[in-house]
Amino acid sequence: MMVAEALALSAVLFTIGVVGVLTRRNAIIIFMCVELMLNAVNLSFVAFSRMYGATGQVFVVFVMTVAAAEAAVGLAIIISIFRHRQTVDLKNINLLKG
Amino acid sequence: MSDFFYRVHFYLFGLIAIASALAFVTRKSPVAAALWLVNTMFSLAAIYVMMDAHFIGAIQVLVYAGAIMVVFLFVVMLLNLGHPDELSDIKGTWGKLGAGLLGLAILAQVMAMARSQAPKELIQPVGEAAKSLRDLNAVGVIAKPLFSEHLLAFELTSILLLVAIVGAVVLGKRRST
Repeated sequence: MMVAEALALSAVLFTIGVVGVLTRRNAIIIFMCVELMLNAVNLSFVAFSRMYGATGQVFVVFVMTVAAAEAAVGLAIIISIFRHRQTVDLKNINLLKG
Repeated sequence: MSDFFYRVHFYLFGLIAIASALAFVTRKSPVAAALWLVNTMFSLAAIYVMMDAHFIGAIQVLVYAGAIMVVFLFVVMLLNLGHPDELSDIKGTWGKLGAGLLGLAILAQVMAMARSQAPKELIQPVGEAAKSLRDLNAVGVIAKPLFSEHLLAFELTSILLLVAIVGAVVLGKRRST
């Protein structure tokens, strides 16, 4: 019950996350948008676990662990970029731009 | 009657989640954005609890809203980014237009995927989830598969966390030159 509604909510949240990544230039906010997308995927895992058994919830635990590790490493990278450039605006971080 | 209340609360928390997510992507200040994201995560935790995933709901509050977002706020504070300068970091009209179009395309794709039918033999009988929740209680439902079928993945996750801790310390360390 309510699986279809949960999947629709998950799709909407994921899309908001994607739009956030595409429209913002602040590296920290882009990072938070990625967390929002991970949350949306977790919601669809939980919704599917109502239909296919509890394995979906186990995957949610793994996704959360990976998200925590990713947040720690990613924020450390952002801090070291800030030390070099004094900014986290992606407009000014364009060494790889052709 | 209780089904009606269930539905009302589901939609209520869903709307709160979407509204907070929209506020999150449009705020200029990183601190305000982070707090709106925390709001989204809390309402998602409520939805998890309503979908009989009690343990996931608790972990969502503890790990996501409690730990990960605090780390984000700490970094915002550490880099002194809390005050948005007069220049917004949101891209101009063309950026917004492109992002909106791409977002609509992705939304259409995901919705189309969500409507597809799953193979019948994968779907467990109705009431099976509630029954295993009754038999194994909220933690046992996750712990049993986690420590039997997925034990190797669980152990690998601990190595991943160790690597992440070491990596974060090495990257965040000041060069001693």
